[in-house]
Amino acid sequence: MSLLELSGVDKKFRGLHALSDVEMSVSEGEIVGVIGPNGAGKTTLFNVICGALKPDSGSVRFSGTDVTGRKPETIARRGMVRTFQLMRPFASMTVAENVSLAAQHHTRGAARLRDHATEVVARVGLEEWAHRPATELPTAGLKRLELARALAARPRVLLLDEVLAGLLPAEREPVLDLLAELREQDGTTLVFIEHIMAAVMRLSDRVLVLDQGAVLATGTPDEVTADPRVIDAYLGEEPTTDADA
Amino acid sequence: MTDTAVESRRQTRPGAPAAPPLRPQNRQFAVLAVLVLLAIPLPLILPSAQGAVAVRILIFLIMAVGWNIMSGFGGMFSFGHAAYFGLGAYTSAYLLVEHGVSPWVGMAAGMVVAAAVAMVIGYFSFRYDLKGAYFALATFAFAEMLRLVTTSSDVVNGAVGYQVPLIQGSSVWQMQFPAGSPAYFWIALVLAGGAVALSILFRHSPAGRYVVAIRDDELAAASVGAPVMRHKLLTVALSGAITAVAGAFYTQYYLFIDPQLAFGSSVSIEAIVTAVIGGIGTIWGPVVGAVIVGSLSDVTATLLATPPEFLSFLQGRSGLDVILYAVMLILIVRLMPKGIFGTLADKISERRRR
Repeated sequence: MSLLELSGVDKKFRGLHALSDVEMSVSEGEIVGVIGPNGAGKTTLFNVICGALKPDSGSVRFSGTDVTGRKPETIARRGMVRTFQLMRPFASMTVAENVSLAAQHHTRGAARLRDHATEVVARVGLEEWAHRPATELPTAGLKRLELARALAARPRVLLLDEVLAGLLPAEREPVLDLLAELREQDGTTLVFIEHIMAAVMRLSDRVLVLDQGAVLATGTPDEVTADPRVIDAYLGEEPTTDADA
Repeated sequence: MTDTAVESRRQTRPGAPAAPPLRPQNRQFAVLAVLVLLAIPLPLILPSAQGAVAVRILIFLIMAVGWNIMSGFGGMFSFGHAAYFGLGAYTSAYLLVEHGVSPWVGMAAGMVVAAAVAMVIGYFSFRYDLKGAYFALATFAFAEMLRLVTTSSDVVNGAVGYQVPLIQGSSVWQMQFPAGSPAYFWIALVLAGGAVALSILFRHSPAGRYVVAIRDDELAAASVGAPVMRHKLLTVALSGAITAVAGAFYTQYYLFIDPQLAFGSSVSIEAIVTAVIGGIGTIWGPVVGAVIVGSLSDVTATLLATPPEFLSFLQGRSGLDVILYAVMLILIVRLMPKGIFGTLADKISERRRR
């Protein structure tokens, strides 16, 4: 049975059909890549899954229960945690405080919270920054902080919104290793939006292609990249003029 | 997890800044204890005219601590804290005058009423997502509404307000002492110390950390499991309850309350100015601000009563303190946007990191 299941999800912003009739199913332990041109609705999809936006119609089911339109905090506490493409650190806190805050809903006690935060901060390689204000982090550091904060919340499903963007190729490697390790060790299910195809090809069991709010194709990385419609809409050398619509 | 794993993680790496001490709240409690101990003998040392200033400082302090919890820690800018001050004042005055209930019980009842009203105002404001200036205006509107309702309501004596009935001698239970008695100061000191202690406890509790995270970024906080509405309501309730204490004590100290004194916008402004001058969102900002704002009106009043030669044109006029508040507010916001304490604390921690 699938852990996360979307059926008939529809979302309009005024005239813009951001998501139309999206079907999606993710099994426990699976890694699913979400690709598509800018404006295809990828982040909107995450917003709907995590409760930041209510879909106009359709349903989101997580672990057998309907969570459509539930509050973001309810969904997060049930184990579906997301990161933000545009990083959103808690600006008044240090890196470690940012991370330990995310662990508060499952861990009590200052010392245990601190240990948990130290562990997660080290896991993403930010220990040098742990007690510095989060706002002092460079972009790459903020991306890691997004990841660390989501991890500290103990997700069953982790939704990553372009967590590699802005990282140098050399910086991507450890993050990719960490994501692969998450599934191996923690059994975390991953859904990730990514533009860097090398990462999508390497990590994903399955890829979902969104275009203009609709699911254009879904399948293994090889199937999807061979699909002429996907090449035309997204992967082709020259993006078509309406790709940004 | 093995012990060695814990050990190795605790070792600081070279170059990494050391972890701050485990519980910063312990340091803050220690500072608070020292301040309270130092303040205890004050009414015995100060000339009696200054005793009233000291009590006023403590009343401002309680108000500013209350305001700071909601607007500093919580980032929900209130322009209507007169509502909670007034509810504290009127609840205790009403219960005392009409039903002979002890002001202590009245104070507790006032806290409950203020917390409940704060949650109702908060619920509707948050439900309809009022933010920033709109939220501030809504809080102002509720405070004004309460002022108008009390002014025109016979149940609470309308515009006349309440005189606290005088008793013979002094009584702690009735919170009444001969004029100028140091007991007023000591009671206010206990209440103010309690308010600061509560704000320290709250700031470092899991709930307080959620509140600050929600202030910094509401969606990010919710996305890691922070229950947003519940924590906002908790914050406004605590803030309202503390401010109500100031109102109830004010009534007992000045023995009189009317709608303007209780719910007037100047009360809201005093709470804001005190916290802003001291430093929004810090534990000690309201304390520093209260000492300055609370003594300022006395300084200016003295100045106006007997001005030096070059200021003789001010003789017998009033309102200089308001002008000074305004000038100070402009200077603070321009030069020290984090307030006196906030800016100094930043400078010190910056220097320490170098």
